[in-house]
Amino acid sequence: MSAIKAENVKFTYGNGTSFEKTALDSVSFEINEGEFVGIIGHTGSGKSTLVQLLNGLLKPTEGSIYLNGRDIWEKPKKIREIRFKVGLVFQYPEYQLFEETVYKDIAFGPKNMGLSDEEIDKRVRSAAEFTGIDEKLLENSPFELSGGEKRRAAIAGVIAMDPDVLILDEPTAGLDPLGRDALLCRIEEYHKIRNNTVLLVSHSMEDIARTADRILVMSHGKRLMFDTAKIVFSNHEELEKAGLRVPQITKIMQLLVKEGIDVDPTVLTVEQGFNEIMAAYRRRNG
Amino acid sequence: MPGKSFIHRIDARAKIFLLLMLLVFIFVCRNFVSLAAISLFSLIIILMTKIGFIKYLKSLKYILAIIIFTGILNLFYGSGDVLWQWQFLKITSGGVNNAIFITIRISVMMMVSSVLTYTTSPTDLTDGLEWLMKPLKLLGVKVHDIAMVMTIAIRFIPVLLGETDKIMNAQKSRGADLESGNVFRRVKALVPVLIPLIVSSFKRAGDLAVAMECRCYNGGNGRTRMKIMRFTFTDVIALIISVLIFGTVIYFNIVYPAVI
Repeated sequence: MSAIKAENVKFTYGNGTSFEKTALDSVSFEINEGEFVGIIGHTGSGKSTLVQLLNGLLKPTEGSIYLNGRDIWEKPKKIREIRFKVGLVFQYPEYQLFEETVYKDIAFGPKNMGLSDEEIDKRVRSAAEFTGIDEKLLENSPFELSGGEKRRAAIAGVIAMDPDVLILDEPTAGLDPLGRDALLCRIEEYHKIRNNTVLLVSHSMEDIARTADRILVMSHGKRLMFDTAKIVFSNHEELEKAGLRVPQITKIMQLLVKEGIDVDPTVLTVEQGFNEIMAAYRRRNG
Repeated sequence: MPGKSFIHRIDARAKIFLLLMLLVFIFVCRNFVSLAAISLFSLIIILMTKIGFIKYLKSLKYILAIIIFTGILNLFYGSGDVLWQWQFLKITSGGVNNAIFITIRISVMMMVSSVLTYTTSPTDLTDGLEWLMKPLKLLGVKVHDIAMVMTIAIRFIPVLLGETDKIMNAQKSRGADLESGNVFRRVKALVPVLIPLIVSSFKRAGDLAVAMECRCYNGGNGRTRMKIMRFTFTDVIALIISVLIFGTVIYFNIVYPAVI
């Protein structure tokens, strides 16, 4: 069954005013349960609007969004429950921290769900563990944490709601390379263990290529492609037209093929690329 | 609102000064003839800005309650023929006159004030104010600092609005209920929005201070301007026309009997 389905979704900002601007136009897709989907697109392509539609912060001007087969706007008064099921981590989520302690801040979501204290405690601790926050830090003020720790604490605040679908909008923006890798690993691990649906919005083709089962490419408010990473990144001409590029290693492999070297041009990670090049080298030298 | 009309091009200092004078003269009017003259002049200014008249009418809605209240109150004051009476309440012809007079006066005032804000950019406005307040320096008022604070405050309004929106969305995503409940619950529900907003405002203020110091800002002394304000031919024309109109108003005031 599909976890999330969008059907002909259209969204217009300032509908009916002179500032009307269509951010999304007839977008349809279906994401399966347990899938890891990457969303890419140039600035202003409608990615951020799309993720806000998926958890009911915005209401589609036309079309519908289905969560586990039910229209999320079926009962507008119950939209809060949808937000617990579709956890959305915003860009620079550290700006949402407000409580006295990290523990209380992570507990904010579960508390709003009306869970028991024991359940909240369990969830806070497991979310902290998933995001790699030290047990000792839980009693500190969130404003004393380092940038990377703040980011992880904020993500833990959403994970603690144990959503069916977790959406992360540029979770690695502004982190150093080590912090970025560590965070991505945590998200991948979380996905593997909980086996729930994850949507990752990113500008980094490398991040997306590494993690996503399928990639949704947005361009000018429309769905440009929705396919596996291999197929999407082999289509580099169309990607470049949309203001995007393929991962650097894929680009190198594509250039090598152009030069007449026998390697696989759909390689997505540096590791695979290294192996491919070494194999081609050995083949050539006997 | 951007534009290239004659009114837009008047130097901010001249515009502030002339509109202040205009407001004073709207109050100086003592009879309907002079009020008509100044209303007509105001209407011409409004039409000259080439911003839809509806915009100006909309600016009235903020003070609609005040207009109606003062209008009705004035009906019952004044002397003259009694038109309607109920116990101690009576409406007189003088009262009707007063009510109409005051309503027109307040409406015109409000619309004229909108001309200034609609046709002058906030930066020009504060620059103009800074220049006009210069004499206060002699009294030890830090005019430049006040103007800079105003500029920064106006500049950051849209930034803060955008940020409030972002934080509200983030907390709503965590199930914060900002829309229902009584007043106390709602105020309490705002805490998760206000704290991050205050924290980031302080951080932004610090960053801005450092950025300004990095560019050697140390107050207004000896600071030159990128945009130099100039009195031009346009301003001279505006001044002359205004003086003529104000003169006419005074003339009408003397010639015709006062009604208010």
